[in-house]
Amino acid sequence: MTASTKPSLLEMQAIAERHPHLLQSSSTKRLKTTLIGIGVMLYLVFSWWFFSIGHVLANANWGIAGTYLADWVSYEVRPEIAIAADGTMALSYARNSPLGTNPNPDWVTLEKKTVTRTIEAPAAAQASKPKGSSSFNFMAPNAALGESPTAQAPDRIETRSEEVVTRALIAFDRSTNIEVASGVVKATHGGETLIMTVDGADTATPQGPLPRWARQKRPGEKITLSFGLTGWAEVEGDEVSIRNRFFGWANFLFDTNSPFFGKPYGEVVSLIVSGERIDPARSNLSLAWNNILYNAEWQHLDVWTKLLQTIIMAFVGTLFASLIAFPLCFLAARNITPNFFANQLAKRFFDFLRSVDMFIWALFFTRAFGPGPLAGISAIFFTDTGTLGKLYSEALENIDDKQREGVKSVGATPIAVQRFGVLPQVLPVFASQALYFWESNTRSATIIGAVGAGGIGLKLWEAMRTNSDWENVAYMVLLILMVVFIFDSISNALRTRLMGRKTH
Amino acid sequence: MATSVLSRQLSESGALVERHWQELNTRRRLYTFLGLALLVLTLCASLWFANDSNAGKFFDRLPHFFDFVGDLVPRDAMEIVRAMFDLPSPYDDGSFKYNYTDGRLYFTESLYIPEYFHKMLETVNIAIFSTVVGVFFGFILSFLAARNLMPNPWIRGTVRRLMEILRAFPEVVIAGFFLAILSLGPIPAIAAVSIHTIGALGKLFFEVVENADMKPEEGLRAVGANWIERVWFGIVPQVLPNFTSYFLLRLEINVRASTIIGAVGGGGIGELLRLAIGQGHEAKTIAIVILLFTTIFAVDQFSAWLRRRLVGDQAFQLAQ
Repeated sequence: MTASTKPSLLEMQAIAERHPHLLQSSSTKRLKTTLIGIGVMLYLVFSWWFFSIGHVLANANWGIAGTYLADWVSYEVRPEIAIAADGTMALSYARNSPLGTNPNPDWVTLEKKTVTRTIEAPAAAQASKPKGSSSFNFMAPNAALGESPTAQAPDRIETRSEEVVTRALIAFDRSTNIEVASGVVKATHGGETLIMTVDGADTATPQGPLPRWARQKRPGEKITLSFGLTGWAEVEGDEVSIRNRFFGWANFLFDTNSPFFGKPYGEVVSLIVSGERIDPARSNLSLAWNNILYNAEWQHLDVWTKLLQTIIMAFVGTLFASLIAFPLCFLAARNITPNFFANQLAKRFFDFLRSVDMFIWALFFTRAFGPGPLAGISAIFFTDTGTLGKLYSEALENIDDKQREGVKSVGATPIAVQRFGVLPQVLPVFASQALYFWESNTRSATIIGAVGAGGIGLKLWEAMRTNSDWENVAYMVLLILMVVFIFDSISNALRTRLMGRKTH
Repeated sequence: MATSVLSRQLSESGALVERHWQELNTRRRLYTFLGLALLVLTLCASLWFANDSNAGKFFDRLPHFFDFVGDLVPRDAMEIVRAMFDLPSPYDDGSFKYNYTDGRLYFTESLYIPEYFHKMLETVNIAIFSTVVGVFFGFILSFLAARNLMPNPWIRGTVRRLMEILRAFPEVVIAGFFLAILSLGPIPAIAAVSIHTIGALGKLFFEVVENADMKPEEGLRAVGANWIERVWFGIVPQVLPNFTSYFLLRLEINVRASTIIGAVGGGGIGELLRLAIGQGHEAKTIAIVILLFTTIFAVDQFSAWLRRRLVGDQAFQLAQ
C-alpha cells in the first residue's frame, strides 16, 4: 500500500561498505578463536601420543567387552559333553552351575543305553578314573554300581556296566541346535548346517566349508561356534563345550543349596504360608528369608549392609562437617570478624583441608582406623569442613548489612546481632549447601570405598576384579543408582523449599 | 503505656488471633524439636553402626591414632627431598623403601624427570583431557536438554535422563570395566572421568542455557536462521563465559577424581600414593602428599583467579 521502506540490495551493500567495523569482528578476535581451535587440536594430538590411545584401542579385546556386557543381564549354563573314542558320551555340568547339582533342563535331550565294558587299567591310574566317567555326575550313583574289580595285578582288568549317552541334542533356540551322536557333531544355526567329525581324542574336522559363525585356527584344532546372544560352543576332539546363555539373573532369591531352589513362586508362597516346616527348628518364612539374605552368589545382606555404610558415611560426614564449618565460617568472613589475621588463618585452614583431598584423607584414616566406614566418615568430614567452610564464609560475606546494622543500632549484644541480623539471611543457604554436599557425597563415597574406606566401593571393586561376577556388579550399580536418585530428589525437594525455585 | 497495652482486654477475634498464633508457635517448636530429636537419633544409630562394622573400633584405635602419624616421620628431612627428586639415598639397602633413583625417566644421558613429577603430570593430563572431552559432549547435549531451545519434550527428557545416568553411574565401575578390556593404563581413568564429566557439565550447561536472554535468538529466528545458526550466533556468545567458568571448576574437581581413579588401578600418582602408604614408605608418602597438595592448591587458585576474571564474583559454587 505505502512505499516500501526496505532498502534495495545495492543500498544495503553501500551501507555495509560505509560501516565495515559493524559487520566484521575485529581481526584479533578472529585470530584468537582460530588460535584456541588450533591449540585444542594440538593438545588432543599430543594426548593421543602421550596416552598412546591408538595403540591401546587397537590392542583392546573388544570381543570380551561384549561378553562382559552381556554378563550384566544374563547368565550361561555350561554343559560339557565328553566324547570317548567309541563314540559314546557323558554329559556333565560345571560345579557351580546355576541349575543346581542335579540338573535336567528341557533344552537338553539325551538318549542313553547301558554298556558293559572291559577296561584295562594300570593300577597307578586307578585313583584317577577316566575323565568321561568321573565327571559323569549326571547319573553318578548308578554309574558306580557295576564296578567289580577282578584282579589286583599291575595291569588290572575290570568289567563294568555303565550308562552312557549315545545321542545328545542341545537346543539353543528355534533355529539353533547342536546334535552329537556317534562321533558326529551337527550344528545348525540360521538355516545353515555344519557337520563335524570328532575322533574322541584330539582332532575335530569340519565336513565342508565353515559358515560365517564358525572358526577354526588350524586344521584339527578346536572349532568355535558363536551363535550371538544365545550362546556359543566349542568343539574339540574329545569334548563339546556348550555355553547356553539365558536372559536374567540366575538364582536371585534362592541359591542352589536352598530347599526353595527351583520351585515356582506359587509353590514357594504356599510353602511359606501353609507348608510343612522344612527345618523343624524354625518357620518356613524365617528359613526363606534367611536363605535370601545369605544367598551365596548374590550376598544380599552383605551388599545391603555395605550400601547402608556408604549412605551413612555421606550422612554423618556431611553433618559433622557442617557443624564444625558453621562456627568457623564466622571467623573467616571478613565482614563479621574484621581481623585480617583471623580471616586468613581460617581461610587457609579451609584451603588446607580441601586441598589435601578426600582421597588422601581416606588413605590416612584407613591406616589409622582400619578399613571400614569410620575412615570414610572421617575423610568426608575433613574435606567437607574445608569446602563447606569456604562456601559458608563466602555466603556470609555477601549478606545484606542493613539487618545487622538495624539490630546493632538498638543495642543488641554481638551474639544477638549474629542470631537476628545474620543467621536468618544465611541459614537457608547453609542448609541448602549442606544438603547438596550430602547428596554429592553419597556419590563420591562409593569411590573412596574402593581404596578401603568402607562401603560398597570395595565390594564393587572385588566383584569386578574376578571378571566373572558382572551380574553382581550390575545389581550393585542398580542399587547405587536407585539410592542416588532417591537422595537427589529428597535433597532437591528440600532445597527448593528452603531457597525458593532457584537452586544451583 | 506498655502495661496498658498488655492489660487491655482482647476482643473475641483478637483472642482468636492470639490463640492461633500461640498454637502455630507451639506446633512449630514441636516440629523443630521432633526434627532435631530424629536427627540426633539417626546420627547416634549411624555412628553405632559405623563403629560396629568398622575393622578397628573408634575408641580402641584413637590412642594409636598418632602412632600412625609417628610412623610417617622419615629418617631425616632430606629424605623427602630425595624421594621427590629421585636423588640417591644414603640409607639405600636395595629395598623398595629407598630405591628413589629407579623411577627416573631419562630424556637424555643425564637429564631426567623424577618419577613423581612424571606421574603427577600424567594425572593432571588425564584430568585436562577428560574435561575437554566432557566439555565437547556436554556442550552438544546441553542445547538438546534446554527447555527454551528444544521444545520437543521427548528429546529433552531423554537427554536429561541420559545425563543423570552418566552422572550417577559409579566411576569405579566404568574404570573397572575398561580395565578389564584395555588392561592397565590411563585410558580407563580417562573414560571414567570423561563419562562422569559429560553428565555433570551437561546439567550445569543446560541450566545456564535456560537462563540465557532469548532476544538475540528471536532476532535470528525472525530473519530465518535455522536451529544451529540460532544456537551458534544467538546463545553461544552469551553463555560462553559461564561455560568456561564451569569448565575450570570441573577441571579442579577432575584433578582430584583422576587421582582417586588412579588409586584403584588407573595409573598416575594415585596408585603410587596408595602403594607408598600401604607399604609404610614414609619419605615417599610425604613427598607425594606434598606434591599432590601443591598441585591441587595451584590448580584451584589458578582456576579461581581465571573464573573471577571471566564472570566476576558470581557462579562460585563448587558443584560436583
